[in-house]
Amino acid sequence: MTAGSKKSLWQRVRRELSANRYVYLMALPVVIYYIIFCYAPMYGAQIAFKRFDVAKGIMGSDWVGLRYFAEFINGPYFFRLMRNTLLISFYELIFAFPAPILLALLLNELRSEKFKRTVQTIIYLPHFISIVIICGMIHDFVSRDGVITDLLVLLGMERTNLLGDPAFFRSVYIISGIWQGVGWGTIIYLSALTGIDPQQYEAAIVDGANRFHQIWYITLPGIAPTITTMFILQLGKVMSVGFEKIILLYNPNTYEVADVISTYVYRMGLSEGTQFSATTAIGLFSSAINFLLILTANQVTRKLSHTSLW
Amino acid sequence: MAIKRSVSGRIFDSANVIFMLLMIFVTLYPFWHVLAASFSDSGLLLRHTGALFWPEGFSLSAYEHVLQNQRIFTGYLNTIFVVVAGTALNVLMTSLGAYVLSRKKFAMRRVLTIAIVFTMYFSGGMIPRYIVINNYLHLGNSLWALILPGLVSTWNLIVMRTAFFGVPESIEESARLDGANDFVILFRVILPTIMSTVAVIILFYAVGHWNAWFDAALFLRKKEKYPLQLVLREILILSSTESMTNDVDFVDKEAIGESIKYATIIVTTLPVICIYPFLQKYFVKGVMIGAVKG
Repeated sequence: MTAGSKKSLWQRVRRELSANRYVYLMALPVVIYYIIFCYAPMYGAQIAFKRFDVAKGIMGSDWVGLRYFAEFINGPYFFRLMRNTLLISFYELIFAFPAPILLALLLNELRSEKFKRTVQTIIYLPHFISIVIICGMIHDFVSRDGVITDLLVLLGMERTNLLGDPAFFRSVYIISGIWQGVGWGTIIYLSALTGIDPQQYEAAIVDGANRFHQIWYITLPGIAPTITTMFILQLGKVMSVGFEKIILLYNPNTYEVADVISTYVYRMGLSEGTQFSATTAIGLFSSAINFLLILTANQVTRKLSHTSLW
Repeated sequence: MAIKRSVSGRIFDSANVIFMLLMIFVTLYPFWHVLAASFSDSGLLLRHTGALFWPEGFSLSAYEHVLQNQRIFTGYLNTIFVVVAGTALNVLMTSLGAYVLSRKKFAMRRVLTIAIVFTMYFSGGMIPRYIVINNYLHLGNSLWALILPGLVSTWNLIVMRTAFFGVPESIEESARLDGANDFVILFRVILPTIMSTVAVIILFYAVGHWNAWFDAALFLRKKEKYPLQLVLREILILSSTESMTNDVDFVDKEAIGESIKYATIIVTTLPVICIYPFLQKYFVKGVMIGAVKG
């Protein structure tokens, strides 16, 4: 125990306040921001357990317990929404997640530094194009007489508007997502690759390892912690499929395969309906699952590979 | 370093280069297609099938319609306001937050860090957020609804804080001996030494504002407040080119409507594509900083 700790609590508080008075002043707007725009909505999420009445406000509305959760789980759309959400997330996990890892490994094998930089510059570009424009281009390219439809007809498909057909929606969604995101996704892995000690490769070459051995035994293990981290983060998003893009691509014909939890919440809460309490309950249900998933994944990977978010 | 290259290694290298050339083509072709279509004669374009490598005929009429369109013009103005005002406030708030969280002698640091990072993993959800912004703050129909709710991105805050940790403490110590307070240290001492990170943060926020449309769709009802992306959504996704084709014969409407879509994409994407090559080197660096676990 130091002499300082013998001073009264009040004295220590005053000392902290005076030593860090500017820091407190700087923290103030940031703290206010987080309270209003992050914690107030969390507090407001209690309307999931209430019958929200605009006139009575969040606090004044009457409690109804778990009624809206029960209604959702027993409701007609529960199965469809869960299936679509989990299926799209699952496809993203098996197709869209590994794609940038593979591409980063291949980029890393390019001999010409200049060519590599050129490729990188070009494949990052789609990431910066707005999702509205990307979806506008998708609508055009896969329409009845779009250029991608033309190509598929050439390969023997029957001419149709791909976005109007439930059979194609998820493929269009996933493939266009890879097209837009794969290049940008490589950055994090390429930066992890720069951290690998070149001496490891030299030693491996002396031992007679070929290129594929080097990738398998040195490069991949070298970026494994980054892959794990990205995987945990991806798992934390399983229940919140990127709804902005789905809203821009789906239509009533494809709701059967395209409607996910977040798009349903948006439609029933803010566009077609105003069921604030019921949709808040659905939103809370999916955030809770997300949170549990990321927590579990974090614990499991910490045990298995000593890599974790916190 | 001389490495003997085996036959299989050389085959792999060639295949890899060919694959990368294919990647370049697949990435760029959609944009090229749109560009070629936007200069095409709308009648000829309608009859064209398959890939388009060169305009079918030549016509600027789609661009005339787009450039005369009042809504695209006001959309640009609204977006520019949001990008400039929004990004300035974003960077100010993010710097303050990052500075506070990087103070090792600040008693509240741990509590604040946990409270802020927690919001990355859990949120109240779309509806309570809407109620707070619309019903309690009455920001509906104001462009501030596109700026204030996203003032601080926690991810960017953590990236910036990580960069702050990299600034040698001796620089700060000597400034403090010269009588500098925390504001002077942040804005005159620390920020200038990490300008490349600041550039990246500016870029991320600005691109985010430029591309955002969903909050605008939620909160704005008056069409003259619409940012560019929301105008685009009406033209490209909801296919309403009516406002631009009032002077066109009914028969030509469908054809010119298609060309207008292409010209609209070009007119609104051009600014991004033009400044992109100059900024490219900065953001790569920034993501690498972010990749270091904070």
